[in-house]
Amino acid sequence: MELRRDVFQAIADPTRRSIIALVALQAMTPTAIAENFDSSRQTISRHIQILTACELLGQEQYGREIYYHINAWKMKEVADFIEPFRKFWDDRFDKLETIMKKYKPKK
Amino acid sequence: MEHKTKIHTEDGRQEIQITREFDLPVELLFKAYTDPEIVEQWMSTKVLKLENKQHGSWQFETSDPKGNVVLKMNGTIHEFVTDRKITRTFEMENSPFDVQLEFFEFEKLTDDTSKLSMHIVFRSIALRDLLLQMPFAQGINMAHNRLQEIVNHLK
Repeated sequence: MELRRDVFQAIADPTRRSIIALVALQAMTPTAIAENFDSSRQTISRHIQILTACELLGQEQYGREIYYHINAWKMKEVADFIEPFRKFWDDRFDKLETIMKKYKPKK
Repeated sequence: MEHKTKIHTEDGRQEIQITREFDLPVELLFKAYTDPEIVEQWMSTKVLKLENKQHGSWQFETSDPKGNVVLKMNGTIHEFVTDRKITRTFEMENSPFDVQLEFFEFEKLTDDTSKLSMHIVFRSIALRDLLLQMPFAQGINMAHNRLQEIVNHLK
């Protein structure tokens, strides 16, 4: 498994998406995260490492434990991310508008 | 250039606001959301159930060109006011996303134009950000295929 820094690649993996969904609810230690999966602790650590490398996860030390949490994106980054989402809805709404312009009510 | 569809997000809030103005009377815009045959056309999905009433529920199913079901969505309708408002929940089955709460407000601008405001509330900020980062650019189908893989793993 090679280290990828691309966010889209990172979340294309189902296990990594599940990890994000878990950590999204509360900050967790790697052990607590791994307990939710059948994969080896090592495999999960590797996934966490990839998510951290592309800055989706951040870490904080509390005593002897490291906790992973979701990184809050900066406004500008979020704005860049939402353009494809906006375009997706724009295309859908264009389609809706085209269909309804041709719509003839059944009498 | 001013976009027709606007997305409003704020840091530190688990919600999205989508607004769009249409060259359609509000009655036709509302119909596009409530007539199953029309929903199927513009959403490119199959409508299994769409009960347009308070306490009603809805269920959509999207298939790939080969006919395999790749995405299932469902929810409950909480408020239904003709040509004005729909409040509903939205759940993508077998996905990391939790249930979302959605408020659709339909507004008449002129006799021939209208405005839709879609307010979506997520369980957490992180889930909102995750949804926004789904690979929409490469087509929602890719996301659907990925979801199908997850479903297959669960079988």
